[in-house]
Amino acid sequence: MSRPNPSYEGSRRQKFMQWLKGEYDPSEGKLETTEPDTSLFTDSEYHEIHLYLRNEYADNEEHFRRGVRKHLTRIQKLYRLMAVITAIFMTVLLLWAVSYEPSYGDPNAPENNEVATRYIEHGLAETGAINIVAGMILDYRAFDTFGESCVLFVALCCVLILLRVDADEEAGSHAREAMFDRHFEPKNDIILQRMCRVLVPAIVIFGIYVVLNGHLSPGGGFSGGAIIGTGLILYLTAFGFANTERFMTEKVARLFSVAALTFYCFAKSYSFYTGANHLPSVISTGTPGAILSAGLIVYLNICVGIVVACTMYSFYVLFRKGGY
Amino acid sequence: MTALRILLLIFLIICAVAVSFSKRLLVSIIIYMAFSLIMSILWMILESPDLAITEAAVGAGVTSILFFVMLKKIQSIQMDPDQEDES
Repeated sequence: MSRPNPSYEGSRRQKFMQWLKGEYDPSEGKLETTEPDTSLFTDSEYHEIHLYLRNEYADNEEHFRRGVRKHLTRIQKLYRLMAVITAIFMTVLLLWAVSYEPSYGDPNAPENNEVATRYIEHGLAETGAINIVAGMILDYRAFDTFGESCVLFVALCCVLILLRVDADEEAGSHAREAMFDRHFEPKNDIILQRMCRVLVPAIVIFGIYVVLNGHLSPGGGFSGGAIIGTGLILYLTAFGFANTERFMTEKVARLFSVAALTFYCFAKSYSFYTGANHLPSVISTGTPGAILSAGLIVYLNICVGIVVACTMYSFYVLFRKGGY
Repeated sequence: MTALRILLLIFLIICAVAVSFSKRLLVSIIIYMAFSLIMSILWMILESPDLAITEAAVGAGVTSILFFVMLKKIQSIQMDPDQEDES
């Protein structure tokens, strides 16, 4: 496997890879270049030439700056004009489009088709969820929600790539970020801390309630996860990183996110497999109204909630410090 | 109820216009937060509490906080107490 290919040496591919790494310059020795002839002028003449060129350059630069300023003011005027025109155009276009919308509650509106009727008539019997919205997004359209969770995860990865301060990037980088962060952080603000001691448990418990009751009452994984994430951010703002890092590190966030996404994927694959092949599923819908009913919806809600909470918290930490 | 709804819609328009006319970024973000809160009450009136919860948590909460942190990153928030009293 690792034996080098004999035809690799000197091939186009090798040259391309070398060029990519910056080791090989294809134009080397092929372009005509001349060294400046030193025998033509004496030192004082060189000095004069240098002075002359510098004056010339300064004149040119003044000229250039004046031109650029003129150009810039012209462009700024054009920019403002174009912004106003674009805004007016978009406003008129959108208002025009809105005027074609069916009125609120119109029975002949295109969204009142057989799909919506089916969701409303058979939703409770088929999914077991009292909250029809939860039944829709986590049962009929669970694949969409899986995609959304993955989008959140990918967004987190992108933020990681952009904002993360690596250990080997620069020696003082981490320390500088941390110092800069400390400069703005409320240093043990007593009012904030006392309020947080009351508010944070309430917020987190409310978030957990919203997640667990997603199939019974309005809410669900995304909203509940966002509430939990906000509670964690509030706790972090009040008590600093030393306290949150006891339970929430990068490893924990990553582990929970990946585990939740994997569980979601497998659970939904099973349900799609049984549903598509008309096989009996071991997961029953249960009695509507009970907390452990509606089949997989509770567990999927928990998964989405975990992913969203971890993502929100990680966003905040990465934006603030560039790493855990 | 109709009066409240019209009042909220007028507030919404005022917020949307005010964001583009405010000179300081910090003020813009606070107006944006107000916009999200009004929007979440409007979702409540339009009988979609799901959206209301999400709007309040994401729009008014997380997004605004991320904007604040970003402003701090680009050193746009003046923390000097003497300067804070101005404007």
